[in-house]
Order: sequence, then C-alpha cells, then structure tokens
Amino acid sequence: MNFETLSIDQARAALTSGETTATALAEAHYARIAQEDGKINSYLSLAKDRALAQASKIDALAKAGDPLPPLAGIPLGIKDVLTMVGSPATAGSKILEGYHPPYDCTAVAKLEAAGAVLLGKLNCDEFAMGSSNENSAYGPVHNPRALDRVPGGSSGGSAAAVAAGFCVASLGTDTGGSIRQPAAFCGVTGLLPTWGRVSRFGLIAFASSLDRIGPFTKNVKDAATLLGVMAGSDIMDATASHTPVNDYVAESQKPVAGLKIGVPEEYFGEGLDPEIRAAVEKSIADLKATGCEIKKISLPHTRYAIPTYYVIATAEASSNLSRFDGVRFGLRDKSAATLTGMYRQTRDAGFGAEVKRRILLGTYALSAGYYDAYYKKAQQVRTLLTRDFLSAFADVDAIVTPMTPTPAFKLGEKTDDPVAMYLADVYTVAASLAGICGVSVPCGNTKDGLPIGVQILGKHFDEGMALRVAQAVEDAQR
Amino acid sequence: MSETVTLDVVRRVAELALLELKDDEVARMQKDLNAILGHIDQLNELDTAGVPPMAQVSEILGGQVEASAEALREDVVRPSIDRTAVLREAPEADHRFFKVPKVIER
Repeated sequence: MNFETLSIDQARAALTSGETTATALAEAHYARIAQEDGKINSYLSLAKDRALAQASKIDALAKAGDPLPPLAGIPLGIKDVLTMVGSPATAGSKILEGYHPPYDCTAVAKLEAAGAVLLGKLNCDEFAMGSSNENSAYGPVHNPRALDRVPGGSSGGSAAAVAAGFCVASLGTDTGGSIRQPAAFCGVTGLLPTWGRVSRFGLIAFASSLDRIGPFTKNVKDAATLLGVMAGSDIMDATASHTPVNDYVAESQKPVAGLKIGVPEEYFGEGLDPEIRAAVEKSIADLKATGCEIKKISLPHTRYAIPTYYVIATAEASSNLSRFDGVRFGLRDKSAATLTGMYRQTRDAGFGAEVKRRILLGTYALSAGYYDAYYKKAQQVRTLLTRDFLSAFADVDAIVTPMTPTPAFKLGEKTDDPVAMYLADVYTVAASLAGICGVSVPCGNTKDGLPIGVQILGKHFDEGMALRVAQAVEDAQR
Repeated sequence: MSETVTLDVVRRVAELALLELKDDEVARMQKDLNAILGHIDQLNELDTAGVPPMAQVSEILGGQVEASAEALREDVVRPSIDRTAVLREAPEADHRFFKVPKVIER
C-alpha cells in the first residue's frame, strides 16, 4: 500500500475487498507516524482510544455484512483549532495548554458519523495566525517534500500529514489562505468552501467573518466527497447557510468543454516566480485544449487585498481572543494579586509574538479616533474587492490564478519581517474577503522538486464548478 | 494618517488589549506596527465615498443565495454541556463558580 497516494476510493476498495481492516489501516498510519513524524512534527496529539474504538465498530459492521457508511474506516487528521472530545485543543498556543474541550466540532462529528476514523490533532500556527507554521508554540512543521522548508500555514500540519501519508485526508481552516497556500507548498489538494457552507461550531475563532473549515486530500474527488459530508446548516452555528447541499462528487466529474475560464491579469504581475508562472500557464493551456474558453479578466482592486485583510482579520481577532483570560480554560498566571493583573500576565505568558502583534494591530485599528480611518475604510474596500469578483463571475464560470508567488520558502527565511510574511498571502486573501470558494490543486514541480499549486476560484456556493475545473487540471497532470 | 506609533501609544494599546508587554517587546511591536500600518496606508489611494462597508459576506449577496444568519432556529429547550465538564477545565473553580482574584476591596 502506498500511503502517500492512498485516496478515499482506494482505501474503501481495500476495506470492502477484505484486503485490510479499519483497525489495521489505523494501526498502519500510527506506525508511520511513530516512525517518521519526528522529523516533520505534524501531529500534536494522537486520539488512539477514540480512533481504535471507531475502527473496531466499522470492522464489526463489515464482518456482519452490513452496508458501510461513505467514509467507513477512512483515517483522518484534524487541525488542532477544531474541538474533539477526548483530545486536547491547543490551537498551537501555550495559553490553551492542557485544555480538553467538552464538545465536538460539528464538522468533525459529521465525518465520524459517516464512518471516518479520527487519528489525532495536527500542528498549526498559533490561533491559525501565520503563513509558515513557524508560529506554533509546539515547534514548526517541516515540509515533507523538502525538510528544510516550511509547509506553509497556518494549516501546515494538516497539509504535511496528507503529503507524508500520515492520514488519508485532513481538516484545516482558512481565514486568509491557510488551507490553499499550505496545500500548494506540500503538493496536495486543498478546498476552501464558500463562507457559511460548513458549520464552524467547535472552531476556535480567529476572524469570524473570514474563518472557514475545509479538507486537504490526495485528489480533487476526495475533497468533493468530504465537502458533501460536512456541508449544511447547523443549529449550533447561525452563520451556517441553509443553501441546499449539492452532489459535489457528481458535479466534479462532469466534463469541462464549453466552460468559460477567467484569467485575471493582476495575478500574473511582478513577484511571480517564473517556474510557477510557466506551470500555471501550462494548466490554462491544458484547460483550453479540453475545450474551455479562456478569457482575460481584470480584478482591479487586487493590490488592496492584503492591507484590507490585515485590518479586518486583526480587528476581529482582537475581539475574539479576548476570551483567553485565564478564567475558564487553559493557562493562568497565579502570581498576580489583582484580576486585571491576572488577565494581563496570563495573556503575556500564554500568547506568542505574532498573536500579540495582531491583537495590538486590531485593537489599534478599532480604537477611538482610528476606527473610521482603518476599520471602516477596510470594510469599504472589502465591498470593492467583492464587487470585482461578482462582476467577473457574470462572464466566467471559474477563475484560474497561481496559488502562491513562490514555492515553499526555507524555515527562518521570513520570521523577522512580518510584512514580508504577510505578502506571501498575495493570491489568497482577496477570495477570503469576498467569501467565494476555491480549490488549490498541484500542477507540477519546480526544477528543484518543490510542488507548485494552481488556484481555481468559483462563485459563492458553486463548489461543484470549482471542483470540476480542478478535476480537469488534475486529469491533465496524468 | 501615516502618524508614527510611539512607544506610549504601544503601551496604551497594550493596556486596552489587556496585554502586559516587556520593554523589549514594546520596542519590537512599535517597529512592526509602523511597518504594517505604512503598508495599510495604501488604502487611502482609493476614493471610497459612498461605498457601503461590508461586515460579512451574506450582506453583499443581496438575496442571490439564501443568506446565512437569516433563518432562526426554533426556540426550544435543549440540553447544554454539563457544568461539571466545563468547570473541570478552569484553572480554579469550586463546584459552581469560576474563581478569580479578589475584585472588591473592603
């Protein structure tokens, strides 16, 4: 069994034919993790009791000849910003050290109810803030394709674990690119569902108007499968949409001939690595060869997306992270005599530098005298950025862009320069602000063997279309 | 805009955010905030007079899709998480309450 390429379909076939069992499959993944994760650092905790209990339940079903649920026995890893009863939830932060949440994240519970085996919790940047996974309080994750390089962030552990074959698929979260960018850096598929498509109940919030949960997979069809299981409304999350859930697998497998594909000139400017440009242009040519109509489009406000994002995301974070105060969960500095002192000393000891930086920036942007100049201004530019996409999608079915300006960079390369790190998100944040969906698909490698990703963007709630174009890009690689 | 954030402003914002920064952290944050705000100042190139601010995604879709947050759930009593399970996670608690340092002097 080749674990690095083992897909949901392949694992399911091996389970139904009796070639393996859910228990053997889980144990085989744990053995790989024990042997090889020391050099990658993708898992923060393993959920062996819960995983093996679920696996034996699935094996009993199979033995009895009962019908197997869609994800029966499929081993998954879960980003450690999502809650799972029986496992710690650290969000990559010291401030939550030792916290065991008493409830399950809805998306995680839905996957388990569909038969999935939850192997454990995956490393990430602290509170999902970062583009390299170097902001985790539990050490950086190394890119399995090049150990001296970052896996991307903030869902670096989720991308690395899939690439290394430490799970069949994983869950991550994306606020400004945290699924799509690490997927590209590690050479796996990542899906950003439309904002509101998947319930966020049980997601430790970073920026609520932007946060989304989505899968990392070995191929496009697996991403469609997992979305179908997770999507839908939830009485525990009023922002989870009631828009009907489609058959994403069926939609993703439809032919693409006749589709109109938009290529925005703003995503091919200065700073784009020439090898990435060539690989993405090759994917666009492949789509044309399959009968797609390629149209040049313009998303004129693109260059304002990063400054807009870093105002809105930090403002929301400064509010969301006020709940970490040493009272209800995690760390408390017990040396302080006053309540305010306890809050401040706990937060100083518990938060890392990037989290403090973003809380300060967000608090500043929301403070008296600066609210209109920063926060309101950014919200207005967010409208302009979203209108760019809405008018583009009046003419095209999907938009194709590079996923990242450069391949995975070296560990430590950008840690001293927050602005340089933020600029790594140049192709991801506009779609985050607009709330549209997208897929990050591998489309080749640099001559040094580093993965390259292409981004396929779809309209709000049109994941089926984004996946369909992504499937065509994947097919052209074969 | 483009005002430089001073060390005192960093200390004041840290106080608002309930963060206790050491002196070297204050200096580092001053440098970083000025660099980031310098980048954010680009937004002033845009004339946004009359553009409505967008707080969340469903606002701008204007009925194209069923906006989230519109459907209210039924107002019925449901079990919530057990209190002991919640209090078990607190750094200090007695059987019913979270405990914090004394807030009233007398």
